[in-house]
Amino acid sequence: MSNDKEWKRKLLRDMVVIRTFEETADKLTLRGKVAGGMHNSSGQEAVAVGTMSALDPKDVIATTHRSHHHTLAKGMDPKLVMAELFAKATGCSKGRGASMHLADVDNGNFGGNGIVGAGVGIAMGAAMGIKQLGHKKVSVGFVGDGGMNTGRTWEAINMAVVNKLPFICLVDNNQYAVETFIDRVTGGRDIAKRGAGFGLPSFTIDGQDVLKVNRYVKEARDRALAGEGPTLINALTYRYYGHNVGEKGQYRTQEEIADWRDNRDPIDRFSAQLISEGLLSQDEYVALHAEVTAQINAAVEFAEQSPYPDLSTIYEDVDSGLLGAKS
Amino acid sequence: MSTQTETTRNTLPSYSEAFQQGVREEMYRNESIFILGTDLIERGGHFAQVRGIAQEFGLERVKDSPISEAAMVASGIGAGMYGCHPIIDLNFIDFSLGAMDEIINQAAKIRFMFGKPVPLVIRATSGVALGGAHHCNSLEVLFAHTPGLSVAVPSRAYDVKGLIKTALRAPDPVIFLMHKKLSGVRGEVGDENVLIPFGSAHTVQSGKDAAIITYGYTVVTAQKAAAKLAESGVSIEIIDLRTLYPLDEDAINETVKKFGRVVVADEAPLYGSITGDIASTATEENFKYLKGPIVRVGGIRAPISAHPQSAEAAIPTVESMINAVKKVLAY
Repeated sequence: MSNDKEWKRKLLRDMVVIRTFEETADKLTLRGKVAGGMHNSSGQEAVAVGTMSALDPKDVIATTHRSHHHTLAKGMDPKLVMAELFAKATGCSKGRGASMHLADVDNGNFGGNGIVGAGVGIAMGAAMGIKQLGHKKVSVGFVGDGGMNTGRTWEAINMAVVNKLPFICLVDNNQYAVETFIDRVTGGRDIAKRGAGFGLPSFTIDGQDVLKVNRYVKEARDRALAGEGPTLINALTYRYYGHNVGEKGQYRTQEEIADWRDNRDPIDRFSAQLISEGLLSQDEYVALHAEVTAQINAAVEFAEQSPYPDLSTIYEDVDSGLLGAKS
Repeated sequence: MSTQTETTRNTLPSYSEAFQQGVREEMYRNESIFILGTDLIERGGHFAQVRGIAQEFGLERVKDSPISEAAMVASGIGAGMYGCHPIIDLNFIDFSLGAMDEIINQAAKIRFMFGKPVPLVIRATSGVALGGAHHCNSLEVLFAHTPGLSVAVPSRAYDVKGLIKTALRAPDPVIFLMHKKLSGVRGEVGDENVLIPFGSAHTVQSGKDAAIITYGYTVVTAQKAAAKLAESGVSIEIIDLRTLYPLDEDAINETVKKFGRVVVADEAPLYGSITGDIASTATEENFKYLKGPIVRVGGIRAPISAHPQSAEAAIPTVESMINAVKKVLAY
């Protein structure tokens, strides 16, 4: 059916937007254009797009230091993301956040975060707010494998369980906490088992399969809206680049990286599937790439042309000023 | 004191009950306010600060929490960003250290980075009393130092009520510190329309010869010292700051100009205390009015002992306060 065709083509397009954005931003970072560097999410597109495609646009997310893919998949215009990476006044956080602090609170993106695990807590809190106000929404807290070893993550999960919050803990598990392989630092090694111990449905899934991620998140969302509380989804994925741009560590082999890129790439897999199902032609796929490349180039142009924040604004918006107002 | 006066005093609300009153009134006004903390429902909080509120407003508005300070504050941040006005009750401010990232990196900075408010009250008791080193920290300077946070340190029932009402009407993260030793002290409170703005000091008593600028329980110590000094004809003015951020700089400057002889006191360890900032700023701005250096009184640089007399000896006493005043009077 054509709705399904359009929907799947959109998923593919969203993933290509992320990949193209990241490859472009990575090069710009090496040229010194990106304030403070960035964390490249290439390879992890299906986790972001699979999740966001299962959510309502008004649902809430809060994310991590590696959040470009979540933010773009949530629907932010790449121009606002790129301008923010450049620390320009036109960026989504007015140039105050750059790569790690992308946010659009009004549209349910409660922000990236420089602190590992913090986004889980904020998303859980948003879920408490949703329940408190009787709204029919869910909140998703993204966290990496590294963040599953900080205590606050489990405090937040427990809080969500005991209050039956409409919350999903989405582990964007790229298997390396900076350069440390997860199995070396994770007691019991099985994150889903840990989740089960906290009393919430917990699943480990293939995070390179966009439709699988979509299905698990959709089911988790349905449970949350039915009042059944939170779910943990541990989506196994892989980042193709170093923790930071430009890093080439010795902590993993080139064979391992090549295996994930060549055999499990989420975009290659999904585009091949759509082509084989007759939902996309090779020519259309080439055209899609060209269209997305033009879109990302326009985002770069927008960022380049945008002004930096006026230095007179650095005092603004620290607090409301209302506490001291004399009534 | 007549019997009738004593009866009236006993029916006045306590410092803790003033908190209850202010919170109740605002909860009726704003349905998005809820309270999350430990032992709030049956126990009413460890200092009876929310007694009866769960029974009055229901368990949706007063929630008992696991002992998970990071998750408690994160709940307040996320729910606050989403549209609620949460009160997170951390019981003792010493326990905030398990949530310090949530307070300092998250709650304080979200408005600046994302342009969106975080309406949130973090309430806790503070200051030196019984209980030893893990229940007697004076951490107010950490919060006042952090851009994005505001800090209330009321010393009497009237201010507790007026300040919590203000805190619950502003979209900002507020650290609301109530001194343990004041919990049961009764006093007048304002009616439901009395809101006290942050950054407005209160003149506890007027004087002619010198001034003590302070806050929290040290106001009581200052009053005792002033009463003793009054016996020998010395007249002391006492300024209660009521909030440490925003700070009533006008009141501080006026006091320095008026007397030129000023003591600044609190019970936090003197090294790095906010009294140092107050004294140095006041000196820079009013040097020509000073008869001599502003003298600071504070706690010693040691953890607080569980031995009651040792704990008392670690913080300003009536005697040390009198000595400080005598020093500025001698200029």
